[in-house]
Amino acid sequence: MATIAPVEHGHHVGTDPHGEHHHPELGFWQKYVFSTDHKVIGVQYGVSGLLFLFFGFLLMLVMRWQLANPGLPVPVVGEALKGVFGPTVMTDAGALTASGYNVFGAMHGTIMVFFGIVPLAVAGFGNYVVPLQIGAPDMAFPKLNMASYWCFFTSGVLMMGSFFVPGSAAKSGWTAYPPLAGIADLEGGNIWLNGQTVWLVAMVFNITGSLLGSINFITTIIQLRAPGLTWMRLPFFVWAQFVTAFLLVLAFPPLEAAGFMQLTDRVFGTSFFMPTGLMIGQKVAQSWSGGGSPILWQHLFWFLAHPEVYVLILPAIGIVTEIVANNARKPIHGYKPMVYSLFGLGFLSFIVWAHHMYMTGMGAKVAAFFQITTIMISVPSVILLTSLILSLWGGSIRFNTPMLFATAFLPMFGIGGLTGIPLAFNAVDLFLHDTYYVIGHFHYVVAPGTIFGLFAGVYFWYPKATGRKMNEFLGKVHFWTSLVFINGIFFPMFIQGMAGVHRRWYDGGATYEQLTAPVLHWNQFMTVSAALLAVAQLPFIFNFFTSWKLGQKVGRNPWDATTLDWDTPTPPPHGNFDKPLEVFRGPYEYSVPGHPVDFHPQTQRN
Amino acid sequence: MLNSILKYFPFFTDAEVPHTVAARPDTGLYSAKLGIWLFLASEVMLFGGLFSAYIFLRIGAEPGYWPSGLLNVPVGTANTAILIISSVTVVMAWASLKMRQLAKYKFYMLITILCGAIFLTVKLSYEWPAKFNHFGVFIKKEASTKYEDFLGNKHLEEGGQPPRWEISGHLLDAPKGSAYAEQAVKNAEHFAHETHRHDFVTPAEDDYVIQLDPVNANPSDKDNDRPHFLQRPLSDKIAVIKASDVESASVFAPRHSTYFATYFLITGLHGLHVLGGILVFLYLWLPFKGGTKLYHSNPEHLANRVEIAGLFWHFVDLVWIFVFPIFYLL
Repeated sequence: MATIAPVEHGHHVGTDPHGEHHHPELGFWQKYVFSTDHKVIGVQYGVSGLLFLFFGFLLMLVMRWQLANPGLPVPVVGEALKGVFGPTVMTDAGALTASGYNVFGAMHGTIMVFFGIVPLAVAGFGNYVVPLQIGAPDMAFPKLNMASYWCFFTSGVLMMGSFFVPGSAAKSGWTAYPPLAGIADLEGGNIWLNGQTVWLVAMVFNITGSLLGSINFITTIIQLRAPGLTWMRLPFFVWAQFVTAFLLVLAFPPLEAAGFMQLTDRVFGTSFFMPTGLMIGQKVAQSWSGGGSPILWQHLFWFLAHPEVYVLILPAIGIVTEIVANNARKPIHGYKPMVYSLFGLGFLSFIVWAHHMYMTGMGAKVAAFFQITTIMISVPSVILLTSLILSLWGGSIRFNTPMLFATAFLPMFGIGGLTGIPLAFNAVDLFLHDTYYVIGHFHYVVAPGTIFGLFAGVYFWYPKATGRKMNEFLGKVHFWTSLVFINGIFFPMFIQGMAGVHRRWYDGGATYEQLTAPVLHWNQFMTVSAALLAVAQLPFIFNFFTSWKLGQKVGRNPWDATTLDWDTPTPPPHGNFDKPLEVFRGPYEYSVPGHPVDFHPQTQRN
Repeated sequence: MLNSILKYFPFFTDAEVPHTVAARPDTGLYSAKLGIWLFLASEVMLFGGLFSAYIFLRIGAEPGYWPSGLLNVPVGTANTAILIISSVTVVMAWASLKMRQLAKYKFYMLITILCGAIFLTVKLSYEWPAKFNHFGVFIKKEASTKYEDFLGNKHLEEGGQPPRWEISGHLLDAPKGSAYAEQAVKNAEHFAHETHRHDFVTPAEDDYVIQLDPVNANPSDKDNDRPHFLQRPLSDKIAVIKASDVESASVFAPRHSTYFATYFLITGLHGLHVLGGILVFLYLWLPFKGGTKLYHSNPEHLANRVEIAGLFWHFVDLVWIFVFPIFYLL
């Protein structure tokens, strides 16, 4: 897409006498590239996020090949990968090197979390949908919004570019734990031009963009609600974005501070995270004065990264809520408890971070505190999930593609959440820490959980953005195949993890065969599932692009929905609304007894 | 296909967004005021992260590895006063605009900008360079008795104080191949010029020769057990330290110790905030379209801009109110 686009446009400007030939260049850049319109920025963020998700998934496919077939060349594309990523990452024969495995692992995590899901879920859907749902003409600060995207874009270019610096990209995990991350690639290398340093610089840009965006969201939601749209009439998706934005505003800056500190450790030789007497290759490291603390990084990192989990999941819950209410044709069960639960989740997510750090030996008292808060946070999570399940009860459910993904979200997120409960306990966690059990747990939350929610959202709002529905048959093929194969990847991880398979083993556990033999064969099963999951995305990609031209045309409100986003022309013009707005009722008045149709839009007086 | 995508976005300018100038009745805020408070919340967390790092590292520091009394307190106090004055004048500038007195606004804003500029100048042309020409060596613990005359650990132990491992002052001669050789030559020339002494020159090739800080010159003097408000000049005393007895040695740069790492990172980031504030104030003070020119078309809008820039400035001031005691006094 990206490569053919400008050519097509140039052709259009050159040949069409009725085209916008007054200021074609200026017009193009202002309208479609450096745009301040929340819908364009939403689509920019969304498409960038989808591309990054796909790229992060491909990195994982190469890793999974290596896990199932240690040391064998990657089929078909092995040599091409060698050409692209160089000898640090791929052997001459086209197999993944140990260092390359670390690179792909670190970048998979980084890209999926900070460049895939957050941009798509928070910035993409948030930008496109929130102003529409609250009846605003745009975000409160349109220029800031544009700055946010271009900060993100810069960070994406830096992060992708880091694959091509000497020694390849960051290889110390997406958590970038020092002292490993503090010394990576420094010996004999350029202190600025190496994977980990570029990673840090890119993250600073990423965080800055994210802060600008989240400040904008909160201000927009508080200041630009349409007349009559009181707090308890807000669609749940708006609430979810509201709490998410607060998490981002408050949790990201400490990581930015930590990023600065690790950067100065690497570049100016400070010792924030470098301990006294650090040994590198049997020699005491001379480049640092010592006196720093690696544990400090873990605190600052997880102070962000635990709320980040809720940043990943809350927008998806918001999307699922919209779609469940719309397709169950029923009001959401327990709207207010759900809103309060969001705030409970948001607050508690700030005081659970050290449950990622039980291995640091924090002592029984501190561990007890974090075990208690971690168990407490399951209460609001369960309220949210239960309310959504109860919302289905007694509904006349329409199982269209968005609804299929939304309903599948519920058990998948349930598995992810429930498997997390054992990990909350210090004693269990010491055994399961860094095993595939943990990988399975959080992937169930984020992959078949969040990503299914995001797919649901794409199918749901696609008609609003383009004026055409995506193809239902292809959507259903995409759904059922994805559902089967994604479980084929992640469920065996629980089995392997409980048998003690460690997440960082580059050969999938072959070296420790006497330990892993009973569960080693699952590697083949998971890798085949991953490859088939990739194939299962083809209908989606095909559908996404062809429906733009060939999909079924729709009007303002194709889903018979009640919220304000379906009260605009399709697609919404600049300024969004074509009539003065007033809101008279709550967001989910479906199947109201006595009302002639089964939905009662928020703007309808009677 | 692209054209079919593009035709959905026929936009030229920002949409008309309400509440950019006038407050929304039910929240009582114009949007930028809410925005700046949220931004300041994130800034609190940013500096909060750094201050937590300070606490964490200071508590975790080995005894004797967290120095105090190395910064110039009178200069820091003066800078604190300057920032506080500028916080007052920025409010005066805003109030003048609210009363529609453009000349007064320009006057008070100028004072604010000058205060910020003085603050930065003091930091960059005096305080930081002085640190970069101050040298400290940490003595290996097993060698520390050799340097008891400069460390005074017996005296400190009797007084129940943490031990001292560092000898600091001006570097007069460095071991061969040291990155600080050039600096040492300059200091040596200066020292010879001031004292007419030449006896310190190059006793051996692997020694550090240091013109001592008062605290290392008389480490057992009770007077050195307490902090001093006024900075005392370097003594004439010299220490010669064998490179093999040294754990680490550098000027007072970020790499010197976790103390200076936190000092430079926090004051550096704070300095960047001061610089940002000055640039914004300059923009609002000069006849730009969004600056004083705006006064003639929409004075309230300019007043709002000054108000939110002022809120930011108060925050920058507030950060310094924390920075000053934790680095200069404690």
